[in-house]
Amino acid sequence: MSLEIMIVKIRIDGKYYETKLGKNLLEACLELGLNIPHFCYHPALGSVGACRLCAVKRFKDADDKKGHIIMSCMEPVTEGMIISIEDADASAIRAAVIEGVMTNHPHDCPVCDEGGECHLQDMTVMAGHNYRRFDFKKRTYKDQDLGSFINHEMNRCIQCYRCMRFYRDYVGGKDLNAFAAHNYVYFGRHENGALESEFSGNLVEVCPTGVFTDKTLKKHFTRKWDLSNAPSVCVHCSVGCNTIVSERYDSLRRIMSRYNGAVNGYFICDRGRFGYEFVNDEKRIRNPKIRINKNEKQEEVSENNLILTSLTESFSKDKKIIGIGSPRASLESNYSLLSLVGQENFYHGISKREYNLTKTALDFLRSSSVKTPSLKQIEKADVVFILGEDITNTAPMTALAVRQAVRNKPKAAATEKGIPLWNEYPIRNYTQDSKSPVFIATAIKDRLDDIAEKTFRGSNADIAGLGIAVGSLLNDEASTLKLSSNDQQELAEKIALSLKNAKHPLIITGVNCGDEEILHAALNISIALRKNNPEAMLSIALPECNSMGLAMLPGKPLDEAISIASNEIIDTLVILENDLYRRTTKESVDVLFEKSKQVIVLDHLINKTSQDVDIVIPVSTFAESEGTLINNEGRAQRYYKAINNKDEVKESWRWIGDLIKLRNNDQSIPWNNFDELVSSLVNELPAFSKLKEYMPDADFRMYNAKIPRQSLRYSGRTAMNANIAVSEQKVAEDNDSPLAFSMEGQGEQPPSSLVPFYWTPGWNSVQASNNYLDELNGSLKGGDPGIRLVESNGENKSSYFKIDSHTVDLQKNELLIVPAYSIFGSEELSSAGEAIKQRIPEPFVYLCEKDADIFEFKDNDMITIEIAKSKIELKVIIENSLKQGVAVVSVNLPGMPFIDLPASGIFSKM
Amino acid sequence: MEKPLTKYITPGSPPPDLKEYSRIGGYASAHKALKEMSPAEITSLVKASNLLGRGGAGFPTGLKWSFVPMGENSPKPKYLICNADEMEPGTFKDRYLMEGNPHQLIEGMIISSYAIQAEKAYIFIRWAYKKAEKELRKALAEAYAAGYLGKNILGSGFDLDIYIHSSAGRYICGEETALFNSLEGKRAIPRTKPPFAAISGLFGKPTIVNNVETLVWIPHIIERGAEWFKNLSMTGAGGTKLYGVSGRVKNPGLWELPLGTTLREVIEEHAGGMLDGYKFRGVIPGGISTDFMLEKHMDVNMDFSNVGAVGSRLGTGTMIILDDKTCPVAFIHNIEKFFALESCGWCTPCREGLAWVEKLLASIEEGTGKMEYLDILKFHTKYLCFGNTFCAHAPGAAEPLQSGLEYFHDDFVQHINGKKCPWRS
Repeated sequence: MSLEIMIVKIRIDGKYYETKLGKNLLEACLELGLNIPHFCYHPALGSVGACRLCAVKRFKDADDKKGHIIMSCMEPVTEGMIISIEDADASAIRAAVIEGVMTNHPHDCPVCDEGGECHLQDMTVMAGHNYRRFDFKKRTYKDQDLGSFINHEMNRCIQCYRCMRFYRDYVGGKDLNAFAAHNYVYFGRHENGALESEFSGNLVEVCPTGVFTDKTLKKHFTRKWDLSNAPSVCVHCSVGCNTIVSERYDSLRRIMSRYNGAVNGYFICDRGRFGYEFVNDEKRIRNPKIRINKNEKQEEVSENNLILTSLTESFSKDKKIIGIGSPRASLESNYSLLSLVGQENFYHGISKREYNLTKTALDFLRSSSVKTPSLKQIEKADVVFILGEDITNTAPMTALAVRQAVRNKPKAAATEKGIPLWNEYPIRNYTQDSKSPVFIATAIKDRLDDIAEKTFRGSNADIAGLGIAVGSLLNDEASTLKLSSNDQQELAEKIALSLKNAKHPLIITGVNCGDEEILHAALNISIALRKNNPEAMLSIALPECNSMGLAMLPGKPLDEAISIASNEIIDTLVILENDLYRRTTKESVDVLFEKSKQVIVLDHLINKTSQDVDIVIPVSTFAESEGTLINNEGRAQRYYKAINNKDEVKESWRWIGDLIKLRNNDQSIPWNNFDELVSSLVNELPAFSKLKEYMPDADFRMYNAKIPRQSLRYSGRTAMNANIAVSEQKVAEDNDSPLAFSMEGQGEQPPSSLVPFYWTPGWNSVQASNNYLDELNGSLKGGDPGIRLVESNGENKSSYFKIDSHTVDLQKNELLIVPAYSIFGSEELSSAGEAIKQRIPEPFVYLCEKDADIFEFKDNDMITIEIAKSKIELKVIIENSLKQGVAVVSVNLPGMPFIDLPASGIFSKM
Repeated sequence: MEKPLTKYITPGSPPPDLKEYSRIGGYASAHKALKEMSPAEITSLVKASNLLGRGGAGFPTGLKWSFVPMGENSPKPKYLICNADEMEPGTFKDRYLMEGNPHQLIEGMIISSYAIQAEKAYIFIRWAYKKAEKELRKALAEAYAAGYLGKNILGSGFDLDIYIHSSAGRYICGEETALFNSLEGKRAIPRTKPPFAAISGLFGKPTIVNNVETLVWIPHIIERGAEWFKNLSMTGAGGTKLYGVSGRVKNPGLWELPLGTTLREVIEEHAGGMLDGYKFRGVIPGGISTDFMLEKHMDVNMDFSNVGAVGSRLGTGTMIILDDKTCPVAFIHNIEKFFALESCGWCTPCREGLAWVEKLLASIEEGTGKMEYLDILKFHTKYLCFGNTFCAHAPGAAEPLQSGLEYFHDDFVQHINGKKCPWRS
């Protein structure tokens, strides 16, 4: 019997309501739209009964007039229960709890960053406390420096314990805790220092008041009511977390999580939250630049038309133009470039290795019947096997979902014991360290090791070997392959058995590890699992926010463009939002540039590529444009602009539309707006046909009005530019989306994909998001945004990959090298921001002690590694989880050259 | 008058060692229980004796044990915990029992563990009880050497290990579920109930927590039976009780007396009455988390139900007397300061409420109090009730406060109106 679907009737303040059995009373009331103040309860964190704010009165039966006080968060709903929220005793307790926390809470709302979106303010108003009776001194604390992301102001703390529970219990962080006791409980680190968890930024939203606030916002602080917002999608990895991006005075002020029940739920990672500062970078390209010949410097051109005029000749029909797309540009921008140059001249701006692996992943997801899980589904997995991929650094929210998945076994045990799933601590106390099994096979210690049942360390070949062994054990048809090491064979058998017995087994791997054997081994395991279990899941981390979208477009790898360049002259090379020096070796880029008569880059950031070309065209970032990204599960999601373009900046697709006009030598632009572009894309490429069905067009209206980006309390509209011009500026138009740069419009909730901010009566804080959900932790009303374009087709017709294991013969002084990704540093855009910069490690190489001894390297030594003839200098870090013969080298960090890993490299002292 | 628990305790002399303890009949009950009785028989015997928990709450011990899942398929391991974290101010009865006769406790724990089939037992002992800990360690070593602990005890097939854990020294660690957290190495905050300890206690396993004074009864009940035990008391509640008196009496101390001895007998006969020149004003009967009793309550039989009937609690049965030369406001302030400091900080009413109460009382005592403070204090006595708070800590703190405000109202008013403490020169 499933508890979830049993409907019960409860009576609240004389009225009857229906809710589902299995919920707690607070949850049920909030879902019914009945406001009960609360602090410590958070839908993702469950109930613990600490704050005592959600007191209501319960009556035994209709004859009971006295009733008794209960904490609604700790009370399971039962059929026929009678409660009162309005009851005078219950109201008095709620007010008293607020009075209690207010004895120490400073009256600093006007200078507090939380002011105006503070859950404590909301609860104070809701609970009705106003008059101060406390005559004594307030408690004060010393604050800590928690790094570049989070500001700490402990005096404001109301001791709800949410931060500690989120940080320790939910994300597995170790370096934040509750210290001391009585009314001096302190939440912080054991000493000053940056919070280590990749998810620390969520404290900003989890904290009900201003203890933990966004330090990047502080640099250009704006009240929530003064922000102009847009629904967006994170551009910093392939997971596609939903975000809210907020603007004031043409600068991007902050990023918050936007709830998506299927994807990121309530949270996002720190790269997603704090990685936005590149948008405001002073070095942003804001005007076109041109250089007359290769030896000269690029000069800014103030007028767009000049650029276009100068290109008339080079874009004539007879000229060979090739286009290089980008996995960090939107689907529409890539498609527009494809339209400009034609399929035969369109190249995916990624290395051959990445191209092939991504294609393999896409083809598999399309052709196999193995489920590609959303993060929500990953959280339901009961056995997880991770092969080769460091998901905490390459797809952080996937790692967080796996951290929730390990709770399925203890939750099942608790359910059997009658402990409700929301009853957080009884579950943890009863089940202690019990976890659903997670197996991790990586080259080096992994951030998820603390939740792993077993870890395996070895070379890529060893990891693939383990995967192949597991696959063959699960595959009835294959002849059983035996690993030479008994330990490894035992491990393979244990993993295979676990996966076989699981209801929702999940295989996780990725393209970032760069190893085809590992990928194939992982796919084979999933095929074998799927034969006997239709619930088997496979999740593949991809490199970038639109790696999947790019892979779905026709095109060839970058290397082929380079081969062409070696043989023939290219008239014009158009590079879309891509730093080619991150994609291939300097030598290759040089060849490409030398053989191209003219190189044009459309980008927003100055990088090695955009500095070294003939024409630079300034384009919008995600914050200033509409676009669609397709995440690693094949989910198409759209982002909208929060900032109206200024200067000469335009969307890439708009610029390219102008170029197409030049190319066709006619007067018409192929698309006048974003919707026309999407229509063109959908018509040309049927794989994207669902896009039109799902995303509302720009002519979408609610009550004949567009959806306002600004709240009704947006202030200074008529005065904010008074220092420039006294007349009120015309509101910018947005013909590309259903959103308006305005505060005017109906206050009703827009369709789920178009929610620019969360704000409901009485709920000014992020907690307002709960009022946009059909059920807490459930889906947004109207369904979670995003539409799956890549779906398994139901039939299990994929055939096993034949895996040729090849061993590498190592020369003297040579080691195998696998890549190490850093959440802060390995992604291009976020690395340009100040807050992230402070967290970027120096380029490093991990070596085990034995290898280090052979080379006579010590910790922190700077050494040289020669990989495929190019040399890099790195700092040594001794790390003994590595197998001898394997080194791990940081990749994509700022200043590092492109290295095509995995590979072998020759190590030497500097 | 029988004194089964303290008969062999001589303050100032070393406790009986194993040899001496055996000579006076010690471990005979362990032999009897483990060899001749089934766990169920022991539990029903203890149930029949109506032994009420001596930690202060007076919950029937046998009934508590009967909640533990038994049989082949019951979870393993199960735990017995001896709560020896005697942090209640004014209370020193467990210390007396542990220092004076550690084998008596160990024997009680062996039989009790057998009754619930616990394989592991802990003595969770107050950090400051160094001597008791030393004596217990010595006795444990003897018991292990003699085969009373370890594997296959007395050939019964029953295994038991007893560990001593020195508490971290916080009052809340004595709360049974905070004790679990503390023992597991976590913050000592109480746990949500249900699930109850007998189902999911220490490390998530079935666990029974009993007070020292409860456990030491078990060998005697095994030896002499339930009826004997019941007949020991004055009022039928069963057994004797260690009563203690501190304050300005002629002979402060601790006595084993029949449960239900009157307050008058304890104070006047055993404690020798008030010191010359001091008058009795009131008494906190059982540790500081109980309501004041007054002169008019002198003839109350000091057992769980009779003390309850006059609006207080027997608690630990160790009393603190308030005399006429001590300021009741300062007395109560001292109590509430203790509670405020010992709040674990988990729930808001306790954490913020007690701290406020303490400040109000300090202010009144210092002569800076206002009349409305009395209203705020009174408000807190209602607000800090069980159900509004997470555990019994703040409700316990509210007991002496609410009765103190009622019984010594005039003293409070005098402080406020006179803007000083009348007891200070």
